[in-house]
Amino acid sequence: MNYDERLQNVSVLGAAGKMGSGILLLTAVEMADLSLKPENKGKTFCLNAIDVSHEGLAGLMKYLKAQIQKMAEKKTVLLRKLYEDRSDLIENEDIINEYVFDVMNIVRPVTAIESAYDSHLVFEAIVENLDVKNKLFSQINKNNTHKPWFFTNTSSIPIHILDEGAKLDGRILGFHFYNPPAVQRLVELITTDKNSAEMVDFAKAYAKSLRKVIVPSNDKAGFIGNGHFMRDALHGISEVELLSSNMPFVEAVYMVNKVSQDFLVRPMGIFQLIDYVGVDVVKFIMQVMNPHLPDEDLHSDLLDKLLEMGVKGGQKSDGSQKDGFLKYERGKPVAIFNPDTNDYVDISSFAISCDEKLGALPQSWKPWKAVNFSRDKKEAMLETYFIELNGIDNMGAQLAKKYNKQSNKIGELLVSSNVAKTIDDVNTVMLTGFFHAYGPINNYLKS
Amino acid sequence: MIKLRRKVYMTAGYNTISLGTGRSEFNPKKPRPGLEHYIKEAGQGTLKQIGGAKNVDEGAIGNFMASRFNKQGHLAGFIPYIDEELEYKPSIRTEGACASGALSLVAAMKSILAETADVVLTVGVEVQNTMKAIYGADVLAGAGWFQKRKNGHAFFFPGQFSDRAKAYYEKYGMEYARNGMKQWFINAVENARLCPTAQEYENKVEDLGALYDKMIPNGKAFVDSINVLDCSKVSDAASAIAIMSEEGLEKCGIPKEQAVEVVGFAQVERNITNDPPDKTELTAIKKAAAQALESAGITIDDLATAEVHDCFSIAGVLTTEALGFAEPGKGAQFVADGNTARSGKIPMNTTGGLIGWGHPTGGTGVHQAVTIWEQLTGKAGEAQIEISKDRPYGMTINMGGDDVTVVAIVYKKGDI
Ligand SMILES: NC(=O)c1ccc[n+]([C@@H]2O[C@H](COP(=O)([O-])OP(=O)(O)OC[C@H]3O[C@@H](n4cnc5c(N)ncnc54)[C@H](O)[C@@H]3O)[C@@H](O)[C@H]2O)c1
Repeated sequence: MNYDERLQNVSVLGAAGKMGSGILLLTAVEMADLSLKPENKGKTFCLNAIDVSHEGLAGLMKYLKAQIQKMAEKKTVLLRKLYEDRSDLIENEDIINEYVFDVMNIVRPVTAIESAYDSHLVFEAIVENLDVKNKLFSQINKNNTHKPWFFTNTSSIPIHILDEGAKLDGRILGFHFYNPPAVQRLVELITTDKNSAEMVDFAKAYAKSLRKVIVPSNDKAGFIGNGHFMRDALHGISEVELLSSNMPFVEAVYMVNKVSQDFLVRPMGIFQLIDYVGVDVVKFIMQVMNPHLPDEDLHSDLLDKLLEMGVKGGQKSDGSQKDGFLKYERGKPVAIFNPDTNDYVDISSFAISCDEKLGALPQSWKPWKAVNFSRDKKEAMLETYFIELNGIDNMGAQLAKKYNKQSNKIGELLVSSNVAKTIDDVNTVMLTGFFHAYGPINNYLKS
Repeated sequence: MIKLRRKVYMTAGYNTISLGTGRSEFNPKKPRPGLEHYIKEAGQGTLKQIGGAKNVDEGAIGNFMASRFNKQGHLAGFIPYIDEELEYKPSIRTEGACASGALSLVAAMKSILAETADVVLTVGVEVQNTMKAIYGADVLAGAGWFQKRKNGHAFFFPGQFSDRAKAYYEKYGMEYARNGMKQWFINAVENARLCPTAQEYENKVEDLGALYDKMIPNGKAFVDSINVLDCSKVSDAASAIAIMSEEGLEKCGIPKEQAVEVVGFAQVERNITNDPPDKTELTAIKKAAAQALESAGITIDDLATAEVHDCFSIAGVLTTEALGFAEPGKGAQFVADGNTARSGKIPMNTTGGLIGWGHPTGGTGVHQAVTIWEQLTGKAGEAQIEISKDRPYGMTINMGGDDVTVVAIVYKKGDI
């Protein structure tokens, strides 16, 4: 079965979710482009968008239409060539509309899992729950005579556990997109010994066609991305716990968030990142990873407490940020949650005194955006910055140095514990998937 | 050749701002003024200078594709919307693609010459930011022959002029040609910076030449042989001007030194179904310009300034050749040497032209006339150039389509 044939009938499980909708979009476009190739004339391509939520599927179709239209508007020059022989399609608008229709026409939004019984390839992006995933995989596997391949988006469950649980004989690998899949270029590819070479080759070809950057990761709970993020988050939380022994909790959160954003030149502070991913999701991923890590305890009482109080973070359906550790107005943090009083305290009421305690940023400091997008100057900017930071001894610099050292350690652990094959792979994941300006394994903080 | 049987003047010009990318007011996500707003603002701007609508005998309005950009046809009906005193007066709408504006000037002048009117309010308008560029390209492609649309580029007109540029490169050398085109772009932006209504008025790029050099034409992203800096702007704007007989000037109490006199004009039409006979030549512009100069009884050496149709920088370069300022193939040199800059031998497009001021397609012809009127009567503000006594003439060249409809007009200050 060649690449095109494999993609003739595909299912996405959890298609209405955050990840599923993006995977569905990218796959629909890829399949439509294949269907427009002259050699595929007359073949029917079919992509089942499977989800339990009718409401979600209705929203998905709207999202798809808007996104495909945008993509079509960007590649009209190419589309005019693809539709060269269609004399009825003359203007850009004719061509764009036809393309939107052709892509949408491949997609079958359904709630019936049986639709996946005809597929050769199944993407899975449902809830991060081993039992539910197992149940679906076995059901499809039993009823689908094509011996389909399963590409799971799991963030934390080891692939071999899924494989054994659903008796898939190695027909499953981790194809771990980042959020949102349509934008984020990184895919962690998690293979096991039981995967066939054909399946792995296909996964690589598919990623390449989607113009994704692939980083291979070994089959260890959490893989590279969450392997770093979860431990990094726990470090942030433990710093807050230390600091709040002699200052209010909200101020400690503010400081650690600021240090992890500004002093470390990252795109956002650690607590904003936890909110972005979702406090519940973070807790959940730790919970899934923890049993597989006998030497560590990936768990936080603080996260449990917040969740008990209903503080969850994550995004609203329009993509805006829900309140979590921080409260947001137009995407910007304005207040911080105080679990003792169960309400938010305005940042403006303590920011100045906290900033004073932290001390000034190094003079050569520039915000992440300015550094990260300065191409060939980036390296030199970071170098200058960190030399200066190393020479400063204020509280902010101290926390930052400690933080960076911890991040460094996590990176090395990922290599030594054989999650990542190389240092470069760890760095690529953090650079591409988390938009860090520099990898965790760096020489900036030689003590 | 047209011999004017009566004196024709233009006066009381008015330009709205040219809104689109480059202007700080422009936000594609926010609602913007509509077609009506522009027509009214420009029309009233002119009426205020001529003693009001009661003095107007007729109206003319040039517009290319409001029918698609704004889903609005029947634009002559908006002339009385400018001022209620225009109600029940004759009005006409002209269309000749990007030469629609100059066609409205021609229609108005013909009314003066036919002695059916002494004062004609003339407006040119286009509001094009109503759609994304990829769809706007469909609309603008209507300036070509629709039967050629299917095989044309997604960006149809940039594609046409990219092909012209390519032919020029092949004949005379790419680097040589692009040097001239670059200078054309630089002049356009530098002139626009002197004109508060211009779309590139706020352009702050220090090294325009370096910016231009960086943007190597890339067929994957746009078209093969030109970059976006070689292209005119997508603009929302209107311009208005009053066209009058001597009696009209008197009726409105406007002294001749406040007006320009049209001393000659020409309009030519090339068969739209034919490809240009030679991609490196603008034959319709060449003919129209020669006829207009002959009709005025002058030569290019008498011109103090010209507003030419630089929908693309290559069109600017080719126009210097079509007008006779440079031999075929020497236009790029002529421009690169600074001859068309505001301090050069023949300053062209002194408020930025289509690349710098903006290109509200159906409005451009009127905007060109307003600019010449401003320059010859000393009203160009910061953009004012010196008009010497021995060369008191100005000229406008307005082109529709790929050198298909062309209007050339020759002006001089009204009191000399
Ligand atoms: N959100 C992220 O940042 C992110 C990043 C990488 C990987 N992941 C992983 O992707 C997967 C999905 O995460 P998400 O954030 O998109 O979750 P989500 O809650 O947004 O989406 C899950 C979707 O699955 C549907 N669903 C649940 N049970 C189902 C079932 N039995 N059959 C069919 N559909 C079902 C839900 O209706 C929902 O639409 C998880 O495994 C998660 O760990 C998430």
